[in-house]
Amino acid sequence: MPELKTKPHSKRNHEPPKHDGSKKPAWVKPALELPPQETPRTAPEASQTAYKVVGTSAERIDGWEKVTGAAKFTDDIEFGPGLLYACVVESPHAHAKIKRIDTRAAEKVPGVVKVATGKDFPFKFGLYMKDRYVFAQDRVRFVGEQVAAVIACDPKTAKRAAALVKADYEVLPPVLDPVKALEKDSALIHPDLGKYAHVPWFFPKAKTNIAHWRKIRKGDVEKGFREADFILEDTYTVPRYAHCAIEPHSAIGLFDASGRLSMWTASQSPFTQRHGFAEALSGLGLSHKDVRVITPYVGGGFGGKAGISMEILGAALATAVKGQPVKVMWSRAQEFYNTYQRQGVVAKVKLGVKKNGLITALEHTLYWDAGAYVEYGANVVNAVGLSATGPYKIDNVKIDSLCVYTNLPPGGPYRGFGYSEFFFGLESHITRAARQLKMDPVAFRRKNAIREGDILTYGAPMNPNGLLEAIDKTAAAIEWGKPQKPSGPDKAVGKSLVLFWKAPAMPPNASSCAFLKFNEDASLNILVSGMEIGQGLLTVMAQIASEILTVPVSKIRVETPDTDRNPYEWQTVASHVTWGCGNAVKRAALDAREQIFDVVQRTLHLSKDSLYLEDAKVKCRTKPGWELPFESFIIAGIEAEDHTFKGGPVMGRGMFMPEFSSAISDPETGQGGHPNVHYTTGAGGVVLEIDKRTGKAKVLKAALAVDVGKALNPDLIRGQVTGGMLQGLATVLYEDMRFDEKGRLLNPSFSDYKIPTALDIPEVVIPIIVESAQPDGPFGARGMGEHTMIPAAAMVANAVEDAVGARIKSMPLTAEKIALELNKK
Amino acid sequence: MKKVSIQFKLNGVLRQLKAAPNDTLLELLRDKLGVKSPKTGCDRGDCGTCTVFMDGRTVRACLVLAPEADGREITTLEAISKNPSPLQKEFAKRNSFQCGFCAPGIVLSATELLKKNKRPTREEIQEAIAGNLCRCTGYTPIIEAIEAVAGKRGA
Repeated sequence: MPELKTKPHSKRNHEPPKHDGSKKPAWVKPALELPPQETPRTAPEASQTAYKVVGTSAERIDGWEKVTGAAKFTDDIEFGPGLLYACVVESPHAHAKIKRIDTRAAEKVPGVVKVATGKDFPFKFGLYMKDRYVFAQDRVRFVGEQVAAVIACDPKTAKRAAALVKADYEVLPPVLDPVKALEKDSALIHPDLGKYAHVPWFFPKAKTNIAHWRKIRKGDVEKGFREADFILEDTYTVPRYAHCAIEPHSAIGLFDASGRLSMWTASQSPFTQRHGFAEALSGLGLSHKDVRVITPYVGGGFGGKAGISMEILGAALATAVKGQPVKVMWSRAQEFYNTYQRQGVVAKVKLGVKKNGLITALEHTLYWDAGAYVEYGANVVNAVGLSATGPYKIDNVKIDSLCVYTNLPPGGPYRGFGYSEFFFGLESHITRAARQLKMDPVAFRRKNAIREGDILTYGAPMNPNGLLEAIDKTAAAIEWGKPQKPSGPDKAVGKSLVLFWKAPAMPPNASSCAFLKFNEDASLNILVSGMEIGQGLLTVMAQIASEILTVPVSKIRVETPDTDRNPYEWQTVASHVTWGCGNAVKRAALDAREQIFDVVQRTLHLSKDSLYLEDAKVKCRTKPGWELPFESFIIAGIEAEDHTFKGGPVMGRGMFMPEFSSAISDPETGQGGHPNVHYTTGAGGVVLEIDKRTGKAKVLKAALAVDVGKALNPDLIRGQVTGGMLQGLATVLYEDMRFDEKGRLLNPSFSDYKIPTALDIPEVVIPIIVESAQPDGPFGARGMGEHTMIPAAAMVANAVEDAVGARIKSMPLTAEKIALELNKK
Repeated sequence: MKKVSIQFKLNGVLRQLKAAPNDTLLELLRDKLGVKSPKTGCDRGDCGTCTVFMDGRTVRACLVLAPEADGREITTLEAISKNPSPLQKEFAKRNSFQCGFCAPGIVLSATELLKKNKRPTREEIQEAIAGNLCRCTGYTPIIEAIEAVAGKRGA
């Protein structure tokens, strides 16, 4: 048990802590784990904050590969003429019992190698809860679920034969609504839920459709409502959304004659996949050492390629055709209906507020439409349960976040991890409360904004943050308070400003590792298993190593993962890799530097304390003019007086695990653990023009300020803001998944699920970087990739109300919906 | 299905091969000829990741049937990258792309635009790449790079 989590409970201070630096909050402690040589020993005159590489907008180290088309993605890898192709047979029903599957006709098609069904693979898998199977066993739970697969010599034969597989079903009533799924007479989607293995911080309710129920009870919510001068209560709904990474999922598996399983996958999670494959297929005698996962560049992830989804098919099917590689590639339609989807939610918000603008209590109940399998999605529900206050100091809180099975495709992680969803309701509600108080919504937010040391829902203190600075800078960027003239008589302009926060949602022991290898010419290869999914991880890892070792970024390669060669990384999710993997790389660089100093001290008798690095050379404070270029010794070692050589190839090793984190708390109150390592906070603002005739909204200006702790590469951060903002705006203005009454997805294509094109962008996007250092982050950095999408929906909803007076409480706010609201008046 | 003989110039080299009439140019390029810069993103002409030049104009390789390519000249990003263009350099310099999956298609669409129109307006740039979907960047860094190159050319 980490000792540092208990102290903050004792004191509930209603005043924001004084920022005099005299009192360090308890959670600062983890920073002390870093070795004592933490302080950069670069040039003697350099102060700790005068970084040379970190903080600069270095060009992406993968940029040239990408603009020339040289970058290889999973589907680009050649496997030769022996490659087989699989096509899955899908359930046409949302909920049914499988009576029989007849594969005979398919097996007779020339070129078909194997037809597999659930009987061949009675294996369960799942990240946080083992509730999924490789193929459906006795029942199907969503339209599109895999019940069989045909493996053939070419994709067209596989597809033709798959159409000949006959499956007979006994159709059951589908459960499509998370609130109805809780009714007593609702069909049970997982009758055996009580027997499923799961992480200890999930609380499934056997013989119901509730897969997990995260409860938070902080303070006395009834007392809080009694103290309130008014209470605002309402319900907000958010539909399902699709990630729409432009690269579809694909997986190639090869189970060779020696019993080794190699997998090539488009994945954010090579090690989590290796573990999942090894566990699921352990019945075949596989051990982790026999499973190898290779993950090249990923063409967009956004959470959709986290964990394991369709890739399990590549692993299982490979074992059915020993000795030949087999490829499973999702079509665009399958991308929509058989990968993780962002879960829908029905959220009830009850807020108590005093006349002076202080929030006294919050009751937030969220019913998540989590889909057929919740092995990953239940942790989205959990994360929201811990954080559904938003970045506000609220003393009396009751949160119920319920993960409800439905007969819709499996829910899972999507950039924002549930926060985009709950913030739509919460931040709509906050603006409405401020308006009822006749208080400026920005002033209202400022007054209640969480500060460092304030107590979080689960009892630990809030980390340092620049939230107030973010609010002020965003307000300035959108000229808050200054009315803006519409461009015509039928137009109206509205503004809004909302807050956001998000913590990485990780198991308490999620870790990151790095190896760093010098080459003869003092260039470097860094091995990590963080994934380059577009965010710029490789570049930032190179910058971190460059800062410590003074080797220029142009002389550093950071390799994409191969679990045989690269060291462990939990997953590239949760906006945690800049922080976690960055800490590991920094430690690996410090380890290498220590080896360099050590060999110089041993052979040249210069005290370690007097040594520093500059321009890939060792220099000495006490011996001006002396220098030792890395390439003279970094592989070959240093020749001593007796002509022996000391040292040898320098290889750094680094690991990071947040040793202060713990997920175990009281199930009834959520009090006691330290599940979140820290929160990244910020604010988003928008200036929106509505055409009152058509309801069409145009984003004139969008601004987003995010406290990144330390901007390691400001250009990449601005790129995240510009991209994430549009992805968020798309969920509120353009996109949503539509299902019919039988649970069939109606719009599984880019023709019918419209993601923004270059013509659909805001006129101006203003990224604002706030830097309030994260003490245990590399150079003070914390993550920010997901956060850029989170505020968009509420920003638009509040600006629409500001412009035309219509309060829309269900997403998306399409032109159609806005026009219909206006016609009601 | 009976295979047909077709031939076309691929990046300057005459290629002859047999293909099923329902094979697409994209399948030919990727699976038979090992040309991987055009990507499979949707296989129905929505996303633009399979963009290539056919007789100097951009087409969606997933919508071109193999026999339609017979006698044509096909150019992919592989050919252009042998002598990288100022546009490619500008994209790299500005960190315009993130995951890079859409990059080959966008580079080709923007190359075509700048060939036809030396000084496109911002709207013309947006229009020219509107058939290439990108989920990462919000498009702005891509548009700005094209603007910057167009400006330099005119100067």
